[in-house]
Amino acid sequence: MSAKKKVLIINRRAPYGRSNARDSLDVALTCGVFELPVSLLFADDGVYQLLGEHDAQGIGQKNLSATMAALPMYDIDQLYVCEQSLKTQGLETSDLANAPTAVDQDAIQQLIKEHDVVLTF
Amino acid sequence: MALHTLNRAPADQSCVTRCLNALADNDALLLIEDGVYAALPGHQALFAALPDSVSLYVLQPDLQARGISEKVRDVFTPIDDAGFVQLACDQDKVVSWF
Amino acid sequence: MGFFLWQNSWLQMIFTLIVQAAPYSHQSADTAYRFAKSLLDQGHSLHRVFFYADGVHTGSALASPPQDEPNIPERWQQLAQDHQLDLVVCIAAAVRRGVLDANESGRYSKPGHNLADGFELSGLGQLVEAIAVSDRTLTFGA
Repeated sequence: MSAKKKVLIINRRAPYGRSNARDSLDVALTCGVFELPVSLLFADDGVYQLLGEHDAQGIGQKNLSATMAALPMYDIDQLYVCEQSLKTQGLETSDLANAPTAVDQDAIQQLIKEHDVVLTF
Repeated sequence: MALHTLNRAPADQSCVTRCLNALADNDALLLIEDGVYAALPGHQALFAALPDSVSLYVLQPDLQARGISEKVRDVFTPIDDAGFVQLACDQDKVVSWF
Repeated sequence: MGFFLWQNSWLQMIFTLIVQAAPYSHQSADTAYRFAKSLLDQGHSLHRVFFYADGVHTGSALASPPQDEPNIPERWQQLAQDHQLDLVVCIAAAVRRGVLDANESGRYSKPGHNLADGFELSGLGQLVEAIAVSDRTLTFGA
């Protein structure tokens, strides 16, 4: 395999209500295992994936925040959050887990440019 | 340069906005499936802020299925499936908005 | 003539498609098929189709649409046969949703299996490998 492809995963859905967040996280972790560099961008309802201390036992699901906390162990430390989405949701970066970097429209365009492959969930 | 595909109808505002805001100079936008309705004249304002260098396409079989081939704005170039593949080759990555 | 040959070989690309949409629920499942067919018709290569999330239902051999509607799993099977395609159904997503091959059916002591011929169950590693070796990866989502 030649130069490693850089993967950007865009997360636009809230956790738990549908499987997108879980599906995305599984792909991110697998990229980590296979040492494919991966960055995560949270936008729209996807920012809720980083909000709050999850306890999903009561709805019969696994906690996503626990898995999310393990991302650095897979060398996944490039986390970004869409500034405009945060504003729409009335949130601040400091409300979120995993200390993502807030990015504006230009920075999001730049992220897409810098990565070889973009996946969306 | 990226090809962006959008398959949500205009009422799904957050998806449409996120997609349009992600379009950089020289990117291409292809409306597919329910996304093709955004090519109707009533949604012209959505595209007002895009750079001139962004090229706009719409998937013809999806227009035809929905009976709006004659109604869409002519700034959108209709393409067939082969054209979709060609666009994906011409741009260096494809971003799907759904 | 030489120029055209050079141009054709330069333009040949390796694709990987990710299908997240369930067949019959979302048009995206059909768009993925049409895209696959079109790229193969143009002489490009399709390294792998990875069926993920609700897209795993594409691998069901039991889909029985009305006669005047396309049989989506069979269409993929035919395309796979014609072009020796690698149709991979995410094993974790599939087993949860009741799309099983003989092996998994045995493992979970289920009364039958329904993964259509031409599809195989495998893990996300197959997706990551495909991304790594392909020129273009496209997601078809719902």
